Amino acid sequence: MADPLATVAGLAAQLAARKLSSVEVTRALLDRIAALDRSLNSFVTIDGDGALAAAEAADAARAKGEAGPLTGIPIAHKDVLMTAGLPTTCASRMLANFVAPYDAHVVARLKRAGTVLVGKTNMDEFAMGSSTENSHFGPVRNPWNTALVPGGSSGGSAAAVAARLVPAATGTDTGGSIRQPASYTGITGLKPTYGRCSRYGLVAFASSLDTPGVFARTALDCALLLAAMAGHDERDATSVDRPVDDFAVRLAASAADPARPLAGLRVGMPAEFFGEGVDADVASAVAAALDELRKLGATTVPLALPRVGLAVPVYYVIAPAEASSNLSRFDGVRYGHRAAEYGDLADMYRRTRAEGFGPEVKRRILVGTYVLSHGYYDAYYLKAQQVRRLIADDFRAAFAQCDVIAGPTAPTAAFRIGAQADDPVQMYLNDIFTIPANLAGIPAISIPCGFTADGRPIGLQLTGPAFAEVRLLEAAHRFQQATDWHRKSPPENVA
Amino acid sequence: MTTTDWEVVIGLETHAQLSTRSKIFSGASTAFGAPANTQASAVDIALPGVLPVINRGAVERAIRFGLAVGATIAPVSVFARKNYFYPDLPKGYQISQYEIPVVQGGEIAIVSPTRGEIAVKLTRAHLEEDAGKSLHEDFHGMTGIDLNRAGMPLLEIVSEPDLTSSAEAVAYAKALHALVRWIGICDGNMQEGSFRCDANVSVRRPGAPLGTRCEIKNLNSFRFLEAAIEFEARRQVELLEGGGRVVQETRLYDPDRSETRPMRSKEDAHDYRYFPDPDLPPLAIDAAWIERVRGGMPELPAAMRERFARDYRLTAYDTTMLTQSRETAAYFEEAVRAFGDDAKTIANWMLGEVAAALNKSETDIAAAPVAPAALAGLLRRVADGTISHKSAKDVFDAMWAGEGDADAIIARKGLTQISDEGAIGTLVDEVIAANPSIVAEFRAGKEKAFNSLVGKAMAATKGKANPAQVNAILRKKL
Repeated sequence: MADPLATVAGLAAQLAARKLSSVEVTRALLDRIAALDRSLNSFVTIDGDGALAAAEAADAARAKGEAGPLTGIPIAHKDVLMTAGLPTTCASRMLANFVAPYDAHVVARLKRAGTVLVGKTNMDEFAMGSSTENSHFGPVRNPWNTALVPGGSSGGSAAAVAARLVPAATGTDTGGSIRQPASYTGITGLKPTYGRCSRYGLVAFASSLDTPGVFARTALDCALLLAAMAGHDERDATSVDRPVDDFAVRLAASAADPARPLAGLRVGMPAEFFGEGVDADVASAVAAALDELRKLGATTVPLALPRVGLAVPVYYVIAPAEASSNLSRFDGVRYGHRAAEYGDLADMYRRTRAEGFGPEVKRRILVGTYVLSHGYYDAYYLKAQQVRRLIADDFRAAFAQCDVIAGPTAPTAAFRIGAQADDPVQMYLNDIFTIPANLAGIPAISIPCGFTADGRPIGLQLTGPAFAEVRLLEAAHRFQQATDWHRKSPPENVA
Repeated sequence: MTTTDWEVVIGLETHAQLSTRSKIFSGASTAFGAPANTQASAVDIALPGVLPVINRGAVERAIRFGLAVGATIAPVSVFARKNYFYPDLPKGYQISQYEIPVVQGGEIAIVSPTRGEIAVKLTRAHLEEDAGKSLHEDFHGMTGIDLNRAGMPLLEIVSEPDLTSSAEAVAYAKALHALVRWIGICDGNMQEGSFRCDANVSVRRPGAPLGTRCEIKNLNSFRFLEAAIEFEARRQVELLEGGGRVVQETRLYDPDRSETRPMRSKEDAHDYRYFPDPDLPPLAIDAAWIERVRGGMPELPAAMRERFARDYRLTAYDTTMLTQSRETAAYFEEAVRAFGDDAKTIANWMLGEVAAALNKSETDIAAAPVAPAALAGLLRRVADGTISHKSAKDVFDAMWAGEGDADAIIARKGLTQISDEGAIGTLVDEVIAANPSIVAEFRAGKEKAFNSLVGKAMAATKGKANPAQVNAILRKKL
């Protein structure tokens, strides 16, 4: 029987076998979004007409024998990625009416691969947050329990994929913004190596950390999307020019020893990821996942990342510093919000930015401006960059002893909406395990590995050395072949 | 100004717009004069999500400059963001080089009007982007923004405070202006703002430590540069002699009133919050790149002056004048090649007739209506006695006016010199016969009378007789 709610790989097989057309899948998902998203608020923009037109084009291409693995697959993009002709708001009042005049590089690549864009997903304003409560368009709710946050900042994409509104969606990960919401919503989220996917058309938050990536239900689906998204872009000087593995093909290859497909894989267990501060349910689910990895043939290696504890403070110097500069272009002069009334030029800037930005964005601009200011630069920004290098060194040393590093994606499962809204530092600590990979620029993936006693999803994070995405995807894929955490669906939340 | 009691100390910061076809961080055109905002790409107007990519042509021009002034080319230099809000600065920051510039050190040899040949030391030269323009006229109660200039590639060349007078500052600026054009990195068009100077000026008693400086911004002509420094130095001296003190500030020069006025003081100077631009990896320049650029460098003026003095036996004045620009030097060498060996004759003509004609018609030498080979053709007719030097000037004017080459004009105007010995002998006999009293004066010892007889002979042939031959034959016959 045709299943429009299948995974990317599942839909691709049905489309290829003509059990379903892209138009049928797209229509089914648009109907589902219309029915369910009022309670989730995961979308900012839905482009039904555009999606159906793209689906028709995809079906026509397939009829001509011109279909690739992603032709006709509906997806959504985080609203921080520019999409030509569609609003790109960054969930900010500043850009509430901004229509993108061009496609981000990853958007263009996925379009060329034949995907069907159904809409843009909600997020923390300018990707600043860990709960998707900081949105001009209201908070996103977690499909597993609508009283909970979906994590952030890519909470809209995570919720949409978890609720089967789309089989896959893009996200961006500056300090855990893909992996933490993937963990909170029980799906798979991949943050590639910095430089693997172009940042061109990603509205910059923290340029040295921002990484486009992907959400799906399985590692195999992530592999399919990454293969299409990744690749050199000469418009991004930090994009890396190296061949892109055909990730999905590597995953499809059969293991030498099917009973022990991860034989030879050394999994590092940093003491810092298994200590205090991790919720008991999370700790036991991750421990069980490590047992599973051992059962699949992997060996575990205890190790230390001694300076990883400095990651959060370092991040909250570097990221706001870059943000304070990156967000200067939102000045009301050329596009975006401008205050209706103002006196002189300085007053226009003041009012425009006071009205256009929400409180968390303002907080980070203030922090960033402070740490870069004369007399403080050395003590904060320069010092943070030095420690950042030491953290990257810790990872380099660790990867001499192991192939991947495992641990919980976040110290807790999803929390209630509003629970941490008044405590920014507590909020920042949700990213304690995800931020280190951003500082080191290395790839990491979050995969579902269990639930808390009260039914909230838990994520296992695997981190690898630079450009070892295929190693992460393969380990995650073998784990998912042996487990079914990723097959669990949240309840249907009909508003 | 009481220059005996005070020393003026000047350093210049010069912005040379690099002659790349596209901007420093985007593919938009750099052509001058397009309608407002038609040469501003998504990157230049700072749309959300866009990123800068360095134009290697701009880097190459910076390397050229570094090689030309004997500087260190940094193997790694860093682009930084200079953050401030202004409507013509689309990103809210300017990308520049701050702590680690691409060109470090170096010097430029100049001829100082007061100190003779000196080497002016450079601190650095760094790559940066220009901002757009705010247009305050034509927009009643509003400001227009033209972003065509946003992202134009600039090389900011910073001198040490080595200059001691306004005239010396101008000599340095002119030498720098000639150099950037010579090595083809900047068109030097000052009206269009392709070459503009900021002057840091301070005064002190001889031997005293450096005084407080003021920076005068955006001087876009040598005349303004000189006048602004003159005014500013005098202002500071008067202030100090009156018991006041100089406040460090940025000032603007008003050419209409020939004075400088405060723009902003140090107190309200921006905190630019410089930090390395995370969008641009450090700029790496390896030895191979530098050598490739070196291979494409033209011969530099200093080396060329030396060669001209050696090979053509020209004076220092001649070699300096002939190397004012690459075009001038090229014209000279082409003319010499066409003419043969007597380079001094070419030099004299170029610095005399040709320079005067260029000046009068406000023409660049590259567009001179008399080509080097044509000039050589004219001078050959002087050398071989076909025409007199005096006629040659008339022929040159005719050539300049486009009347044809030297031979055609000589033929048409009947200017061919009479060099036939028999004909001149007959002419001299006639002159002697017709002027017995002058002949008598000469024979009585009045040498002047001889010149008078030569004059008569020349006049009789309307100047066409070869004067040297007239001289010799007349003297013989007398």
